Amino acid sequence: MKHENTSTLSRAAAIAVSDLRIEARTSSGWTEIVKGVSFTLRRGEVLGIVGESGAGKSTIGLAALGHFRPGCRVTGGKIVFDGTDMLSLADHQRRKLRGTRIAYVAQSAAASFNPAKRLMDQVVEAAVERGGQLREEAEANAVAMFRSLQLPEPETFGRRYPHQVSGGQLQRAMTAMAMICRPDLIVFDEPTTALDVTTQVEVLISIRKAIAEYGVAALYISHDLAIVAQLAHRVMVLRYGEVVEEAPIAEILSAPKHPYTKTLWALRSIEEPERPPSGDLLQVRNISASYGTFKVLESVDLSVGKGQTVALVGESGSGKSTLGRVIAGLMKPDGGAVMFEQSRLGPVVSSRTKDQLRRVQIIYQSADTSLNPRHAVRKIIGRPVSFFHGLSGKKREARIVELLRMVELDGSYIDRMPSQLSGGQRQRVAIARALAADPELIICDEVTSALDQIVQADILKMLLDLQNRLGVSYLFITHDLEIVRAIADQVVVMNKGRIVEHGKRGEVLSPPYEDYTRLLLDSVPEMSSDWLDRLISTRAAIAAKQ
Amino acid sequence: MGLVSNPIAKMILQRIGLGLLSLVIVSLVIFLAVNLLPGSFASAVLGRSATPDAVAAFQHQLGLDRPMVDRYFTWLSSALQGDFGNSFSKRPVGTIIGPRLLSTLRLAGITAAIAVPLAILLGIVCARYRNRLPDRFLSAVTLAAISVPEFFIAYVLMLFLATRLHIFPSLSSIRSSMHFDEQLYRMALPIMTLLFVVLAHMMRNTRAAILNVMSRPFIEMAQLKGEPEMRVIMRHALPNAIGSIASVVAINLAYLIAGVVVVEVVFVYPGIGQTMVDAVRNRDVPVIQACALIFSTAYILLNLLADIISIVSNPRLLHPR
Repeated sequence: MKHENTSTLSRAAAIAVSDLRIEARTSSGWTEIVKGVSFTLRRGEVLGIVGESGAGKSTIGLAALGHFRPGCRVTGGKIVFDGTDMLSLADHQRRKLRGTRIAYVAQSAAASFNPAKRLMDQVVEAAVERGGQLREEAEANAVAMFRSLQLPEPETFGRRYPHQVSGGQLQRAMTAMAMICRPDLIVFDEPTTALDVTTQVEVLISIRKAIAEYGVAALYISHDLAIVAQLAHRVMVLRYGEVVEEAPIAEILSAPKHPYTKTLWALRSIEEPERPPSGDLLQVRNISASYGTFKVLESVDLSVGKGQTVALVGESGSGKSTLGRVIAGLMKPDGGAVMFEQSRLGPVVSSRTKDQLRRVQIIYQSADTSLNPRHAVRKIIGRPVSFFHGLSGKKREARIVELLRMVELDGSYIDRMPSQLSGGQRQRVAIARALAADPELIICDEVTSALDQIVQADILKMLLDLQNRLGVSYLFITHDLEIVRAIADQVVVMNKGRIVEHGKRGEVLSPPYEDYTRLLLDSVPEMSSDWLDRLISTRAAIAAKQ
Repeated sequence: MGLVSNPIAKMILQRIGLGLLSLVIVSLVIFLAVNLLPGSFASAVLGRSATPDAVAAFQHQLGLDRPMVDRYFTWLSSALQGDFGNSFSKRPVGTIIGPRLLSTLRLAGITAAIAVPLAILLGIVCARYRNRLPDRFLSAVTLAAISVPEFFIAYVLMLFLATRLHIFPSLSSIRSSMHFDEQLYRMALPIMTLLFVVLAHMMRNTRAAILNVMSRPFIEMAQLKGEPEMRVIMRHALPNAIGSIASVVAINLAYLIAGVVVVEVVFVYPGIGQTMVDAVRNRDVPVIQACALIFSTAYILLNLLADIISIVSNPRLLHPR
C-alpha cells in the first residue's frame, strides 16, 4: 500500500500548503504570526525556509506535521498531504502520519533526545510502534542508517545514552530516527545551528547524502542562507510571517529581487580596513589556567594594541572565553602575567585597583543573563557611572542618557526594564554599561552570537564606530570567522588551550594557512551552492594524497 | 573515599555518611532541647510542695545530677545498641515504645500501600488530562484536603461514618489479641484520614513533576514522532520524573510515622504519637528522647532512600561516559 502512495506522490506534491494562517496568544490577545503562507513541495525536492528568528519558520515547519505549540492556533488555510487536508484530520489520524510518513529533525538534538532512554530505543520507537517493522528489522535498519551517516561503531552506537555521544553524532542519530520509516517528508528545523563550524560540515554532508539516497522531500529551515544553499533546490525567504520571495536557489543567490533578501548578506557587507599594528595596551604573558585538574590554557601569549581589534577565534572548548575571564580578573590563572601598559595587573579582581578595573571591561554573549532582570536601565548603567566616576544626581542622569545615545538608544529607555527590551537593545545596554567605566579595553565575548544577522551587523557597525570615536581597544572573542573577516586587525587562533596562529588579519586569513586555521576557514559556509561539493572534493583529494 | 572508584557507589556512600552525621547532630539537639524543657520530672512527680532535699535525692536516684555531657554519651551509646534505658516510671523504654511503634508502623504501612500507588496513578491521570475536567476536579478536591487541618477531616469522617451511619467504630483501640481483619476494621477511620492528607500532597507533586518534564523539548519530539499521549507520559516523562516523585513520597512516608500524633489522639489509636504525648505530659525524658530519635531516624532514612533512588534513576550517573 505504501508503494502505491509513493508512486502517486512522485507525480503529485508531497505536501501543498495554501494560505496558511496561524495566530499566537500574546498579552494583548491573538496576533497573527504566519500570514497566509503557501508553498508546494514535490517528492525528492528540498525547499529551504530562511528568515530571522521570529519570522515564523519553525511554526510553519511544525504545521507541516499538523502540530501547533501550546498557545498557537490555525485560523485559515490548508495543509494537504497525500490528498488529505491535515487540518481536517482528528488528532489520532495526524499522529498516525507523524514519525512514519512525515518526520521531524529538531534544532537541539541534545535536548530532543530523552536522557533516560538508550538511543536505539528512541530511534526505532516509531518504526516498531506504528511503522509495522519488527524490532530486529528496525534495529538492523537503524544500524545500516548509522553506518551510512558515518556514526562511530554503528553496531553498538544505539546502546549508548544521549549524554554519552557528541552533539554532532546526536544530530546524525536524530536524522536516522527521522529516516527510519522511510517517510515521504522530513522537516529539518535548524539542525546544525547549535554545532561548531567543523561539526556542522560533517552533519550537513550526512544530511545531504541521506536526503539524496532515500529521495525524500524535505523542508530545510535555517537562518543561514549559505547553509540552505548547499541543500535546497528552492528557497523561500520569510519575514514577519510572510513570504518575501520564493525562487530557485541560484536565482536567490545571483539575483535576489527583494531588498530584504539582500540584507541576509548584511554581515558580509562589512569590510573594515585593516589597521597597522600600534603600541601594545595589553600583554598576556605565558598564561596557564585549569579547571581542577583539566588544563584549559597552556602558556598563552597575546597582545592587544591601542585602538585595535584583536579577534580571538576557536571552536567551543578551545579556551578562548577562559582567556577573556583571566584577563578580566574573573579567574585566577595558574601562572603567567597580565600586563596593562607595562604595569602588571593583579590575578583577580580583588587585587586590582579601581582604576585598573575601570580600564578593562567585559561584555558577555547573552545580555539576557548578564543584565539583572530586576534593575531598570538607569540602575544598570548608573552603577558603574557612580562607582568609577563618582557622579550623582543630575550629572549621573545626564551621563546615563549620553551613554544611551552612544549605543544609539533614545534617552527614554532609561526607565525600561531588561524584559521590555529586544535582544539587540539589551546587548546595547550591556555595551553602554561597559562604556560607562570609560574603559581602554573591552573584552567582547561572543557578543553577537545570540543575535540575528541584521541586528548582528548593526551592533558590529556600532562597535566599530565607537572605536573610531573613543579609541578603545577590543579583544573580540568569537567562533564566527565572518565577523573576524569583517572587523579584526589582528587574529589569534586558539585550539585546545593553545594559540596555534596569530598575526595580521590579511596574513592569517589568506594562504598559506596553518592547518587548523584552514580547517576552520573551510568549514565556514560560503554564499554559493557548490561550496559543500568543493569542500568534499578537496577533502577527498587530500585523503587520496595521504 | 578514594577506595571506591564507582561514582554511584561513592555518591551513595557519601549520602549515607551525611545521613549518619545528621543523625548525630539531631540526637544532640534532641538531648539538649529535652533537657532544657521547663519543669522537671521530679517536681512533676513529687508535687509543688516537695522540699529541695527530696527533689535532689530523687534526681540523684535517676542519675539526673550527673554532668550533661556525661549523660549525653551514656544515652547515645546505649541507644545505638537499641537500649533506650529505663523510663522514669521504672519500666524499660523499649517495652513501652516497642509495641506502640509496631502499631504505628502497621497504620503507616497499610496507608502507604494504598496511598502511594493511588497517588502516582491519579497524578498521571491529572497530567494526561491537564487543565481538563478530571484534572480540575482532582486538583480542587486535593487542594481542599491539603487546606483543611487533619483533625477536622478526622472529626468529619467520625461524625458521618461512625456516629451517623455506624459503619466504622469511632475509636480505634486495638489489641494484639485481635484478628487482623478486626484490627483493620477498627483502623479504617484513621487510615482514611491519613489517606486524605498524604494522597493529596503526593498526587499534586506527582502531577507537577510530570508536567515539569512535559515542557522539555524531548517530549515535543516524542509527540512529533507520533507517540500517543499516554505513551509519551509513561515512557518519556515518567522515567525522568522518578527522582522528584521519590522525594515527595519519602516525605509523606516519614509523616506517616512521625506526624500522625493528632490522628492517633483523635481516634485513641495506641501508636507511638500517643506515647510521645503522654511522655511529654509526664516529663518522662527517656521516652521523649527515644520517640524523637525514632522520628528523626525515620525522616533521615526515608530521605536517604529517596536520594539514592534519584541517584540511581539518573542515567548520567548510572551510565557514565
